[in-house]
Amino acid sequence: MHELAVCQALIEQVERVARDHEARRVISVVVAVGPLSGVEPKLLEHAYPLAAAGTVAEFASLTVEVEPVRVRCRTCQAETDALPNRVICGACGDWQVDVTSGEQMLLKRVEIETADVPVH
Amino acid sequence: MCRDCGCSLGPTAHRAPLAAHHPAPGGRVESIEVITRILDENDRVAAHNRQHFDEHRVLAINLMSSPGSGKTSLLESTIKALAGEMKVAVIEGDLATENDADRIRSCGVPAVQITTGNACHLDAQMVHDALHDLPLAGLDILFVENVGNLVCPASFDLGVHRNVTLLSVPEGDDKPEKYPVMFRGADLALITKTDLLAYIEEFKPERARASLRQVGYAGQVIELTKRGGEGFTAWLEWLRSEAAALRSHAATGG
Repeated sequence: MHELAVCQALIEQVERVARDHEARRVISVVVAVGPLSGVEPKLLEHAYPLAAAGTVAEFASLTVEVEPVRVRCRTCQAETDALPNRVICGACGDWQVDVTSGEQMLLKRVEIETADVPVH
Repeated sequence: MCRDCGCSLGPTAHRAPLAAHHPAPGGRVESIEVITRILDENDRVAAHNRQHFDEHRVLAINLMSSPGSGKTSLLESTIKALAGEMKVAVIEGDLATENDADRIRSCGVPAVQITTGNACHLDAQMVHDALHDLPLAGLDILFVENVGNLVCPASFDLGVHRNVTLLSVPEGDDKPEKYPVMFRGADLALITKTDLLAYIEEFKPERARASLRQVGYAGQVIELTKRGGEGFTAWLEWLRSEAAALRSHAATGG
């Protein structure tokens, strides 16, 4: 269960964003993960509240966008979907492929609340 | 749409109190696009480790596998085979005990044990901390024996030059398909304990190779036993050529 360690790293980044933007609190956090990143979205969601407790993101929601596994074939050039344990070309079946999606483990977006700037 | 408060944050938002979705009086909601790698701090420390290894021209190798697939035994045999030829040191990762570091030290080379407590993997910071107890000057190869685990270690760059994944014969030839992330990320795959092939006829090396190809592993596969033979020689040759490549890379300032 390394997802807690991943969540702790995530919260550190979210705290940095909140600090840079002088946020009062964080409302929502959006991450993108691919199946080849080695992170399980459900476990990430379970671990998140433990990592967020006591931080500026304590009550923020977490949305995990799961990216598909996509490969580009070096032989036939086709770009197709693949499975995490069948990383081969969906068109010709060749295993000499480049993964174009599926390895991501990204923080994409943070929604924060800041003090309103008074309008004169 | 979230049926409790009417906002559109989706089902995961239910964990937050209703008020959390809406700005407090005098507050303003901002959406910040970020797009950074979640493990960027680990990656930064990993790059720092790699710089240390490069400066000292030490080939750093991360060994990963299930518990009991023969990482420490392979290291013992490798250290003995390279004695007098290359200076080797080992960082050992386990949840508890100094047993593995003791085994390595009894082969006459320095070893630092990282005990992770309940953590299931090594990260770049743990390796960095271990380097404080392990002088790199004069070394040729540093092995990092990761925590025995086919899942978690795959997600953390340690800053090593090469990742080597072991698959032992008793584990079964379909392990790569079951743990694709670990195997596809390897730079070298070793099929270990091949002396047991005579007793475990269910294991077919060609099926293990096909399983590796299926998860997108395109590298070399070496079948070996720590007792020596052709495969073990091929492993030593791989180490020699990687160490030589690192030295010539460093010498040309690349």
